[in-house]
Amino acid sequence: MLTIPRELYDQIVAHARADHPDEACGVLAGPAGSDHPARFIAMTNAERSPTFYRFDSAEQFRVWQQMDDNDEEPVVIYHSHTATQAYPSRTDVTYASEPNAHYVLVSTRDEDETEFRSFRIAGGEVSEEPVTVVE
Amino acid sequence: MAIEVRIPTILRTYTDGAKQVEGSGSTLGELITDLEKRHGGLQDRLIDNGNLRRFVNVYLNDEDVRFLAGLETPVKDGDTVTVLPAVAGGAVTG
Repeated sequence: MLTIPRELYDQIVAHARADHPDEACGVLAGPAGSDHPARFIAMTNAERSPTFYRFDSAEQFRVWQQMDDNDEEPVVIYHSHTATQAYPSRTDVTYASEPNAHYVLVSTRDEDETEFRSFRIAGGEVSEEPVTVVE
Repeated sequence: MAIEVRIPTILRTYTDGAKQVEGSGSTLGELITDLEKRHGGLQDRLIDNGNLRRFVNVYLNDEDVRFLAGLETPVKDGDTVTVLPAVAGGAVTG
């Protein structure tokens, strides 16, 4: 299960809406081993594409270094789908590289309603998990 | 002195869980060949057909080696090499 503070949830949705129709992506960092997302980090989609995302490699290095210095880890890795459902595509499964992270998918295909779902992706297997938003 | 190599979580199965290992060589390619001797299987996760895999980022100190000379990038004792899997995906199928 993913437990996420309301503020971070809203920041993800706002980022996804702002970058629509391109895919938005980013990280929620949290203390290592805590499973608690605590810090919102919007990342640059180096692809600037409506169908693909990739973290900018220099930015990723800096952010990962910073997390390491703070004894944090990427608790959540999020990205948006802008014309399809909030479910991991084959591409998402192929490139999933953080077996301990919650993969959050947001769909902005509907103008008014944002789908927000969370998954574990490890060893090519996808399993959806419930999302609890805490105030 | 040696070259320090930082290993991401997903590749630590090849390093007995170690976050950091050491190796030697005069280029990144040689360093990876050296690491393979003690951490069998690692090379294949980094290199495909003689090139760095597209979805693996390798940094020499703080520079992406793609912007240096890739596997030919010179390395020396005291350098730090960091491996990070690219974070990528998207709605496109294929």
